[in-house]
Order: sequence, then C-alpha cells, then structure tokens
Amino acid sequence: MSVHYWEEEMETLPRVGLESIQLRRLQHLVHRVYKTVAPYRRKMEEAGVRPEDIKSLKDLAKLPFTVKDDLRDNYPFGLFTVPLEQVVRVHASSGTTGKPTVVGYTAKDIETWSNVMARALVCAGAGKNDMIHNAYGYGLFTGGLGAHYGIEKLGATAIPVSGGNSKRQINIMKDFRSTVLLSTPSYALNLADAMDAMQVDPKSLSLRVGIFGAEPWSESMREEVERKLNLKATDIYGLSEVMGPGVAQECLLTDRGMHIMEDHFLPEIIDPETGEVLPPGEKGELVFTTLTKEAFPIIRYRTKDISRLYYEPCACGRTLVRMEKVTGRTDDMLIIRGVNVFPSQVEHVLVGIEGVEPHYVIVVEREGNLDTMQVQVEVSENIFSDEVRVLENLSKHIQQEIKDLLGVTCRVKLVEPRTIQRSEGKAQRVIDKRKI
Amino acid sequence: MLVEQIAVFLENKSGRLAEITSILADNDINIRALSVADTADFGILRLIVDKVERAKTVLRENGFTVGKTQVIAVEVEDKTGGLANVLQCIKKAGINVEYMYAFVNKTGENAVLIFRFEKMEQAIEHLQKGGFTILSREQICSL
Repeated sequence: MSVHYWEEEMETLPRVGLESIQLRRLQHLVHRVYKTVAPYRRKMEEAGVRPEDIKSLKDLAKLPFTVKDDLRDNYPFGLFTVPLEQVVRVHASSGTTGKPTVVGYTAKDIETWSNVMARALVCAGAGKNDMIHNAYGYGLFTGGLGAHYGIEKLGATAIPVSGGNSKRQINIMKDFRSTVLLSTPSYALNLADAMDAMQVDPKSLSLRVGIFGAEPWSESMREEVERKLNLKATDIYGLSEVMGPGVAQECLLTDRGMHIMEDHFLPEIIDPETGEVLPPGEKGELVFTTLTKEAFPIIRYRTKDISRLYYEPCACGRTLVRMEKVTGRTDDMLIIRGVNVFPSQVEHVLVGIEGVEPHYVIVVEREGNLDTMQVQVEVSENIFSDEVRVLENLSKHIQQEIKDLLGVTCRVKLVEPRTIQRSEGKAQRVIDKRKI
Repeated sequence: MLVEQIAVFLENKSGRLAEITSILADNDINIRALSVADTADFGILRLIVDKVERAKTVLRENGFTVGKTQVIAVEVEDKTGGLANVLQCIKKAGINVEYMYAFVNKTGENAVLIFRFEKMEQAIEHLQKGGFTILSREQICSL
C-alpha cells in the first residue's frame, strides 16, 4: 500500500526537529497569552511562573492547567487573545451542564484547521477524487464545518449532508456514490439499520472508508460498523476547546492509536489525581496545549479523556506521536478500595466473553468502611441456561476476569434483559450510592 | 421420547412469576408442570406447556429471556417407592441428575417425574430397559 501525506515534511519530520519547532511555538504562545489575557496572566502569577521560565518542553509542566470551568467563567469571549474584529467564526458546545463554552477562530486559525483536517482525511486514505459524505452536524458544533473545510482544502467533493434523515442519506450515498463517510460511530450504526430496513445492500454502495469520532466507541463497535457498512472504519479525535475534528487521526497502517497533529497540538498525559506528568506509554488524562492558534489558544487543557501516548515509529512513516483510542473519561473514573476503575474496562471484559452483551451497570456502595462493587449484566438468550450451575459459573467467570484485569473483587449479578437502560447518547454506566 | 421444556430467567423481584403466568393465561397457554430453581440473585422457571412455540414467542415479546431444553418425563404409580425405583435405575447406570421435579395427574393414580440428566440418550435407554413408562409431550398434555 502506498502511503500518502498532506504535508509530508511536517508529518514525517524527525522528532528532534519537531520538538524544536514545538518549543519555539510554545515560548511564543506563552509570552503572547501572558501579555494579552488577564486570566492566564493571573493564574501564572499565582503559580509563580513567568514566560521566560519556559526553556524546554519539560517546562510546560510548570504552567497551570486550564479546565472547562475557566472557559465558563470567562464566557463568552474572555479568553480570546485577539480583538473580535479579527475573529471570523465562533463555535460553541451544547452546554448541557451549565453555560456553553465558546471558542473563536481567526482567518489563519480556519486555514490551520482546514489543513490539519485535510491531513486527517489523507491519513485515513481519502484523496482528491473522493466523494465525501459529511454526516457530522453543521452548526455551532465543530464537527460539520470543521470537517467540511478540510474536505474542500483537500480538493475532494464535500456532500454537506449533516445529521438526520437517514433515508435521504442512503439515497444520496447510492446516487452520488459516496466513497468516504464522516459521522459519529453511533450514527453509522443507525445508517446501517436504515439500510437494512430499506433493503439496501451496503456492498452495492461505493463506501470505502469511514472516519468516525466525537464520541467514545469500542473495538467491538468498530468491528460491527465495518461488517455492517462494508468499509474500513478509522478513528478521528478532536474537541472544540482545542480546535475541533482533526486533532488526531488513525492512519491505515497503525497498530495502535491516532496520530496527533503535534506541530499544532502539544499533548501530555497526566495523573488525573495528582496532576503529575506521566512517562510515555502510561495511561492517564490527556492534556493539550495549542501551539499555533491565534484567537483562542489554550494552555494545558484538561480534556478528561483517558488515553496514552505512543512515541514508537509507525509503519506509515509519520513521526507524529500516536494517542490510544480514548478508553474512558476521568469523570466516570471510580476509585474502589483505592483502585482506579473505568467502566470501559468492565465493558472490555464483558465483550471478551462469548455470548455476553455489553449491557451492564456498575453499582458501588459502601458497607461499613468498605467499598463494594456490583456489576449487573443482562442475561441474553446466548448465555442463558436452564441449569443454575451454568449461570453461576458464568457469574464466577465474569467476576474472575474483572478481578484479573482490575484487581478488584466485585459481585456479579445477572439481570433480566432490557432492565439496563440502552445507550442513547450517554448511557448511565455507574450508580454510586456511596456517601463520601 | 424427549419432552420440550421452556426455561425463563427470573430476577428475584416481586411479581415476576405472576406476570409470566398472566401472560401465558392471556394467550390461552396451559401449564402442565412447573418448577422454580432459585439462588440468592436469580431464579430459573421451568415449564411444560401445551403450546411451546407460542409460549416462547409471547414471553420473548414481553422481554423475558427464554430457553428451550429437552427433558424426560417418566410416569410412575403414585405410591411409596415410585421415585426411588427410577433413581435406583439411573444410579446403576452411573448417570447424574441435573435437576428434577414432579407432579401428580388428575386421577391421582400416577405421578409424572420430569428429569434433566447429564446423559439424556443413555438415560432413556436404561429407563426403557428397566421397564419404565416414558411419556411424550402429547401424552403429558392429555393427562
């Protein structure tokens, strides 16, 4: 397979060269925000750090973190570093838990974003000749427009279909011969169901590659999407606080993770409890610093996404670090008897057991001074037996696997099907009854 | 010779058994025999009914996990030692009983024993050799 790049020099730069570019850009950024944004300056002063203290990339750790609340506290434009007349676009998050968070872009930011998105598309195997079906929502959400500008930058054909109306989407796929699909993974599965209902065979379509993101999805979901849509499913990562889609993208040769467009977005992995930077390869919270953004740069933004970084060379030739598929959020992290537990780890165990469906809920309680964890698993017909022994062995097996992976003993409770709420957007996976 | 039995997974929640039996009644399904195996967390309801497929479908439609297994129904005289004779025969053959339950038919003369054995085919062979009466589903339903 021949590998294509969008900006070959940057994407394959030896790491020493890349790191020197990163340092220069970081120093410039820190000076600029210190001078222009009062909240950043205040936080740096409180932490006793000055722009000239940033002498190496390691010094990044001296800078204070930025969290979602900082964005809310400065709603709507308080963290912008340029006058509003230079801002050509704003995007905003939905603000389900309070005020929305607003981000802005200069013309140059849009140019940078278009380029990283074009890189992501090429990285996933798309090219000029592709008919790209963009089913990310257009609007305040960064997904639709962010991907759209990248498609045009690449010179491919954009179908700005946005989300919803699956029937029309499928007719368009058929008639326009869409070759690349951009959507959330759950919407991709919706489309597959709609195809089934319309009796459209995915093999009769021209889809070749899917670029899926904007929500966490498991490897088993990837297999399902690939099978049902007859395409190669790749993972994309992005968030509006950092840029939008195109922060990282899986290449076609990777054995693990997505390439981060590191000359623009500097990643770190920290311990979510202590804030300490963790060594390469260790799992923790992903933190980003933007290196080139003008209107809304961000320093050490805590994404709450759990991942790890792989600096090992990739078969595709890109030297850009890879981030592991996001496996959970620090918000869902449970500490049970001192052990960090992520619902996604439990899901991983369940998916690995033949016949078990990943419909589960974790119930945590405190009995006396001891935390207890109960995992409720639905009994599907695939695993049901009329013999008590068989079901009890299944519970024991799940319990043992969880113990092996997490180091925590739990109680497994088999429950009737559909007693656990189905995932529509965000499934509630944890019921924490502890009063701490 | 084998009789089809349906099994339903039950969480230990009040009213579940009432719900299942009402669903069966509403669909004109007659229960011929039943047993509940229970543990601290869950139960398994085993049923022999006159309309197996229909029962499976309606229970599934109501969100229950339903399985189908083959069991053996042995008819014995309703008197002391009836069950013991059957179990002696099975013991001699070295076959384990996974579970069993029993009911007495209308006339009260005979009892029907429902068995799930570890080795079903061998069990039938030995029971037949021992001269026991093995019932089909039709025979059970017409009792």
